Amino acid sequence: MLEIRNLHAQVDGKEILKGIHLKMNAGEVHAIMGPNASGKSTLANVLAGRATYAVTQGEILFNGKNLLEMSPEQRAREGIFLAFQYPVDIPGITNSYFLKAALNAVRKYRGLEELDAIDFLSCVREKLKLLKIEESLLNRPVNVGFSGGEKKKNEIVQMAVLDPKLAVLDETDSGLDIDALKVVAEGVNSLRKKENAILLITHYQRLLNYIVPDYVHVLSDGKIVTSGGKDLATQLEEKGYTWVREWNH
Amino acid sequence: MQEEAKTLKEITEEEYQWGFVTDIEEERIPSGLDEKIIQLLSEKKGEPEWMLEWRLRAYRHWLTLKEPKWANVHYGPIDYQAITYYSAPKKRQELKSLDEVDPEIRKTFEKLGISIEEQKRFSGVAVDAVFDSVSVATTFKEKLAELGIIFCSFSEAVQKHPDLVKKYLGTVVPHNDNFFASLNSAVFSDGSFCYVPKGVRSPMELSTYFRINAANTGQFERTLIIADEGSYVSYLEGCTAPMRDENQLHAAVVELIALDNAEIKYSTIQNWYPGDKNGKGGIYNFVTKRGKCAGKNSKISWTQVETGSAITWKYPGCILAGDNSVGAFYSVALANHYQQADTGTKMIHIGKNTRSTIISKGISGGHGQNTYRGLVRILKRAAGARNYSQCDSLLLGDKCGAHTFPYVEVNNSSSQLEHEASTSKISEDQLFYCRSRGLSQEDAVNLVVNGFCKTVFKELPMEFAVEAQKLLGVSLEGAVG
Repeated sequence: MLEIRNLHAQVDGKEILKGIHLKMNAGEVHAIMGPNASGKSTLANVLAGRATYAVTQGEILFNGKNLLEMSPEQRAREGIFLAFQYPVDIPGITNSYFLKAALNAVRKYRGLEELDAIDFLSCVREKLKLLKIEESLLNRPVNVGFSGGEKKKNEIVQMAVLDPKLAVLDETDSGLDIDALKVVAEGVNSLRKKENAILLITHYQRLLNYIVPDYVHVLSDGKIVTSGGKDLATQLEEKGYTWVREWNH
Repeated sequence: MQEEAKTLKEITEEEYQWGFVTDIEEERIPSGLDEKIIQLLSEKKGEPEWMLEWRLRAYRHWLTLKEPKWANVHYGPIDYQAITYYSAPKKRQELKSLDEVDPEIRKTFEKLGISIEEQKRFSGVAVDAVFDSVSVATTFKEKLAELGIIFCSFSEAVQKHPDLVKKYLGTVVPHNDNFFASLNSAVFSDGSFCYVPKGVRSPMELSTYFRINAANTGQFERTLIIADEGSYVSYLEGCTAPMRDENQLHAAVVELIALDNAEIKYSTIQNWYPGDKNGKGGIYNFVTKRGKCAGKNSKISWTQVETGSAITWKYPGCILAGDNSVGAFYSVALANHYQQADTGTKMIHIGKNTRSTIISKGISGGHGQNTYRGLVRILKRAAGARNYSQCDSLLLGDKCGAHTFPYVEVNNSSSQLEHEASTSKISEDQLFYCRSRGLSQEDAVNLVVNGFCKTVFKELPMEFAVEAQKLLGVSLEGAVG
């Protein structure tokens, strides 16, 4: 599904990613762990196509297509979803309006019929029920006045509604208390399917107790220094990131 | 990214959609302005002597005035002698029904999406359509007449309801109010007139559609709305013009009068031709609009969506004379390309416990310059007066500007005033967030701007709000730099 080859990227002229290789197949959940400033969020943003991150070398193939040639909206329509580390407020626009606009943009691209208000509502209600999230969320302006936990849950709602092929969760666990973490994790697990893949980006092993990954990669100083199964995360938790930093040398 | 640049370019070069010219025979008087022209104009319209006298009084005063230069707008000199002050579709006789309206004019209104007949049948909106200088058709007149509501062209009101016109004309915007109001008072050609009698709630929205068609013509319409005691009326106004390379002058006057316990809601979608993307052509929109809450507990609200015109100079205000009267001003003003907008409101608190609300949303894109200018004046006897003002500016690029000039004069210590203001640039984060959910760059800008304008749009009647949103979408294209 996703193939990243020798990816180099910079922000403000500073090289952050220094040759990433990663391959993900449909049905897999991968976790990328790493210390602060190792390039985790940069990788997430490069995948989503944020313009401030400049790719200087390498390529990314998404279902055989060259991802780097696509605009952010094209990537979303092709099935990439980024759950933001810091979701953005859009005052005056309700969640429901925003979601409907996004869903219909994606459906249109995929040659599906656009949903009217009634069909949309029944679709979104079903997802909310699955995620155990209150419907009142729909009538609130996008992320305005949301608590940290609510914002992260809202990202999961968007993900559920847009039904992406590849979901990238950028530190979705950060700042969540244990109850909110469980809600988010259950949401993600309920969306785990044979046809899609999930990339979890996290600093802590904690999330991986709830969403058990098939593969764990450790990112340090812009490179994946080691990869393994879910046990690698536990090992990492025990030994700390200093253990990893030695791998760079 | 390349694809994106291409679409933006295409869209920037998209032309004004309402810019066609209708080919009809017009009757015009010679260009230029003097007492003879005014006499001729008045004669053409078969006006009574008092109306001509009123015009001449305004004209003589106008001669003593200088064009105001205090607004934050820049334009070359206007040659008032080069303007034609009267242009009308030719061979106009008394029309018995809408079917007699010149088919070319009907086609124009259909192109504009306001087929008069369709409106008549389905929408329940009574429309008065003003084409160049003359009111072409007023729908639903009979139905309104059953309730005693008078809704007709201004010219007709002068003929058929002279007492009402004489009683109220110039009582809110006097003939000597300002340069452009005096000019309008001298040469106004037509417009709409509405009187809602005591205790009557108008069952439908009343609407006027203004269209400038002829070249080198000024449009000077005059609207007068009177809501008698305990009555209610909601009034909509829309405007478009063909694309022309030269600038055209539009100097309208609107007067609203609300008596005891009456309410007037006045909504405008102003979409005059704004000029091309290089700033060539476009309408100069110098308009004086004012409402007087003459009676106690009366209410006047102005809601405007200003997307058009090369230059907008417009301050719809409220004189809150009656005790407990309420004034409101809700505004969205967009200045894209080389448009300049200097707009805002005046709230004059005279009566006790008068309240006013001002919500202004200015959006600047391209090289556009957007200015909010507002005055809140609390007079000595206005005990307990309150005002809330909120002025927000949104910048879409780095070559545009937003300016705010709030003036406050308070002469009563028991009044309360609040003012909030903000200026922000459309955030890359918001746009990226929307795009990462599948929305195009244009849709993302639209969404963020619509959210920004939400508090104003919700004041508009339903269908008008939808039109305003669409119009804003079209006008925004290519605004993000």
